Amino acid sequence: MSEKYLEICNITKVFQTPEGGEVRALDDVTLDIASGEFFILLGPSGCGKTTLLRSIAGLEYPDSGEIILQGERIDDKPPYDRPVNTVFQSYALFPHMTVGDNIAFGLEMENVDKDEVAKRVEEALEQVQLAGYAKRMPSQLSGGQQQRIALARALAKKPKVLLLDEPLSALDLKLRRGMQVELKRLQRETGITFVFVTHDQEEAMSMGDRIAVFSQGKIVQLDTPVEVYRRPVNAYVADFIGETNLIKGTVVSGGISLPGGNVLPTDQLAADSVIPASGDVTVAIRPEDLVLAANGMISGTVRDVIFTGDSVRVHVTVGDVEVIASLASYGTEIPEQGSKVTLNPEHRAARTVAS
Amino acid sequence: MTAVTTPPKKQAQRGRPGQSSPKLAYLPIIFLAFAIGVPLLIIVVYSFLEKPSQGTGVKWVFTLENYKALFIQEKLDGTTALDTRYIKVLWTSFYYSLLTTVVTLALSIPVAMWIATRDARKRNLLVALVTLPFWISILIRTYGMRQIVADEGPIGKFLGIFNIEWSILYSPPATILGLIYVFLPFMILPIYASAERFDFRLAEAAYDLGAKRMTVVRRVILPSIRPGVISGIALVFIPALGSFLQSDMLGGGKTNMVANVIANNFGQARNWPFGSALAVLLIVLTLLFVLIMQGAAQRRGDKVELV
Repeated sequence: MSEKYLEICNITKVFQTPEGGEVRALDDVTLDIASGEFFILLGPSGCGKTTLLRSIAGLEYPDSGEIILQGERIDDKPPYDRPVNTVFQSYALFPHMTVGDNIAFGLEMENVDKDEVAKRVEEALEQVQLAGYAKRMPSQLSGGQQQRIALARALAKKPKVLLLDEPLSALDLKLRRGMQVELKRLQRETGITFVFVTHDQEEAMSMGDRIAVFSQGKIVQLDTPVEVYRRPVNAYVADFIGETNLIKGTVVSGGISLPGGNVLPTDQLAADSVIPASGDVTVAIRPEDLVLAANGMISGTVRDVIFTGDSVRVHVTVGDVEVIASLASYGTEIPEQGSKVTLNPEHRAARTVAS
Repeated sequence: MTAVTTPPKKQAQRGRPGQSSPKLAYLPIIFLAFAIGVPLLIIVVYSFLEKPSQGTGVKWVFTLENYKALFIQEKLDGTTALDTRYIKVLWTSFYYSLLTTVVTLALSIPVAMWIATRDARKRNLLVALVTLPFWISILIRTYGMRQIVADEGPIGKFLGIFNIEWSILYSPPATILGLIYVFLPFMILPIYASAERFDFRLAEAAYDLGAKRMTVVRRVILPSIRPGVISGIALVFIPALGSFLQSDMLGGGKTNMVANVIANNFGQARNWPFGSALAVLLIVLTLLFVLIMQGAAQRRGDKVELV
């Protein structure tokens, strides 16, 4: 994974808005993607992740910067000259062609001979578990099946990089979970480098080898799912990835003063937390890192108790803020609404984050 | 209990909102049936009747002579020979219409695609511009065309600067030019209607799969706008086949199309039965063309219905 495979160097792309303004969809973005990696571009809509994907595909030309694949510049080439293929959010299957012809289309463009095309179409259909569907029309398939055909069509080309633009966003939750597992398996089996765009942080974490978190055209954090989750670089990432209690506090001697007169000792924070000598800080604590304790450090009043099956979510009013604790469903005494409780952060997982 | 549950059923029978009653369609259907059916019937009946020895109208005697006269000429000495005059006129009409269809099609596809790719506000404006000629009477527009293509018109004067001779008025090229001009919007509009619905993400997908520009047009865009193209061909070719004004005003009456011959038989030549027979032949040929088009469309699996 050390060798550079796909290099994105200082890519900037500015769009003109109809009102005459400018939007910097990509602002000097640089990143390297390794061969065979499952790489995630994550962020809310409008953060630039799709623009980056389209720039790699050649459907968008960046204003400046370079895109290099295996040492060769590709950003000035038209899409048909790039060894990359895309699975579109809308699937974009050709409605007037059969499933088989859709998959064969890309191979015919490479002048692959007829027998080989037929073989690879069959292979691709088997890969997505839709063998025998070649004669159907796309309109006769369900959304999930169309999605698989779009995937098969791109995979049949054996691209050096497969680009996926929110391919699962139109599927229902159950189907989406199934496809996540299947995509991961396909990626492992084919060894193809996947670049996957999503706004769904859960999807990003469950599939990605590495995640680049985008905000307003810039990469805010680039790391493995575990690191991004455990060590978010700022409040934005902490809040976007998973669920986090962001509590504003002030540095006092030996700890951080939180609302409601609570003080969190410094030795309870993650060891690599950056704590300024004085002033305001933001403390991030994941709901699952909070437990009910007899004489806990954070005291408050229970406002709501929500039983979700696998956990009990307790909303606690601490001073003038609300803190959520997610408790294990079994082995925990469920507190009553309105009762006074104290909470303790566990595992030294609480940390200060830049706001 | 039954007494309570009956009322809603009566309401359901009145039909859903937005679903118009078939009664509203009766009047226009009856009107159209009369306006199209009755003249057609008269034409068919007249085509089998004799021409009176003098004056206009028909003599109520059954005959097949009118149809015979379309193809066979009786000479003064009593012998018969093949008469190619009317076949030639039909061929001329067919040829002009085909040329008009091909040229308007070639011009309309890029125009329609270009309009379809503009933003919504510009699209509406451009479509309005395409329909602008409809605001002016076709007669006046054809007069205008005559001024433009005249030897001393703007084109002629401009080419005169380079000593290029320009003289097309009252000849076939002027007729064809007039046909192209009049029928162009009828080709652009249906193709635009199809192109506007085209999902341009499909073109992106084709690029992404390795297709070059022309391949994208040929294999993805054209098949998607085919219903519009077929409608456009029908809307241009069929009326062009029966067009009268262009050959009369721009062709100078020298280049007769079949409609001019029909009109002449009802006018100066005072031979209504023969004119009717020629009109019936034109209708049959047009119908044949429509059926062939529809057959071709159905074989390709397009949902196009022309008749």
